[in-house]
Amino acid sequence: MTPLDFVVSLALISVVAGALGALVGLGGGVVIVPVLTILYGINIRLAIGASIVSVIATSSGAAAAYVRERMANLRVGMFLEVATTTGALSGAFLTTVLPARLLFVFFAAVLGYSALATFKRRHRAAPLSASNDRIANALSLHGSYYDPAERREIAYHVVRTRLGLTLMYVAGLVSALLGIGSGALKVPAMDGAMRLPMKVSTATSNFMIGVTAAASAGVYFMRGQIDPIIAAPVAVGILAGATIGARVLNSVTSATIRIVFVVVLVAISLEMLQKGIAG
Amino acid sequence: MISASRGSSAPIRARAGASPGLGEIGIGDGSDAALRRIELAVSWVLRVGVGVSVLVIAAGLAIMFARHDGYLAITGHASYRGLTGAHSRFPHSLAGLAHTLARGRGQGIVVVGVVILILTPVLRVGVGVVSFLVEHDLPMALITLYVLAVLVGSFFLAQS
Repeated sequence: MTPLDFVVSLALISVVAGALGALVGLGGGVVIVPVLTILYGINIRLAIGASIVSVIATSSGAAAAYVRERMANLRVGMFLEVATTTGALSGAFLTTVLPARLLFVFFAAVLGYSALATFKRRHRAAPLSASNDRIANALSLHGSYYDPAERREIAYHVVRTRLGLTLMYVAGLVSALLGIGSGALKVPAMDGAMRLPMKVSTATSNFMIGVTAAASAGVYFMRGQIDPIIAAPVAVGILAGATIGARVLNSVTSATIRIVFVVVLVAISLEMLQKGIAG
Repeated sequence: MISASRGSSAPIRARAGASPGLGEIGIGDGSDAALRRIELAVSWVLRVGVGVSVLVIAAGLAIMFARHDGYLAITGHASYRGLTGAHSRFPHSLAGLAHTLARGRGQGIVVVGVVILILTPVLRVGVGVVSFLVEHDLPMALITLYVLAVLVGSFFLAQS
């Protein structure tokens, strides 16, 4: 395979990864890492570096649209970033202390459980119309968005911000320790615990994952894990795909997004389990 | 199938008076118009960052391929593996990047584009801080400032 074939084929695969990532709020890493290591036989260190670039590209590409359309809740996102960035920073210190293989198995179980929980609530649609959460009220985190699939404005209230913060801290920690799974914990934290509508959850997760990834991107860059010839087609392809994915989110229902999310979550869970067992 | 033509105007129109009881709570300037201005500023920064990085990366790739005949072939002996192996060489420090750029290599230009992409989320947090300050939303400004501090701190941590 010549460099041209490599760049063109990887860019095309990245378009798909970007669209999927933008839709479910997980970033493109879920697709990019296995594609690079299995399909192209690229070293895992460089694949993880490319994955960080793909997460930032998905986030910035999709969030530009989500924030403008108010699908993403900017205040909730920026508030929860306090916990994700702190988690990512503490993860950078803990990376040598904690046994990675055990963590992979543990989080495979966590994600498997949250896939099941998401599947069980796939028909739940009605958002909360009131909240007695003091933090959410004080910072006016509640919001509303126009849903083109339902052709109406949907208002929602946010609850359980403390639980949300805790889960976000863990999400940041995990993404720094394992390189994957940041969005996989963010979406259930918002959709399940804080009761944001599913579409708002994936859009807001998209908005946030770029910041979480940026917190560790500097380390990856300095360690020489970001190879330009891999990063270039990934970045360009993902950005194109994320723009497409952001448009698709408008037209599909929350129930559909939940199903797609569950499928992707199960895939990540198995990927983690494999890493934990095979090492 | 996709009602993408809706763009940004429809949600704003639909919002007018549609969300009772949201803006009135607590903080005086958490108003809808203020939030809208912040959203547009943040969205603008993201679009500009993404646009500039794509252009720079594409230009870098073009130069890379223009300078190496072997890269362009669809069939041939040149393999991508030499560029993506565990020992392939590319700039991963600011000094290395400056050196590569001075020699006009496409690789360095791609790296500049990737760095712009990495800095885009940091920049949008910075714009968030300024926007919340301008709208006199002190709690949110402090929250965003903390995030910015952690991000900047993480970059310094990476260097050490």
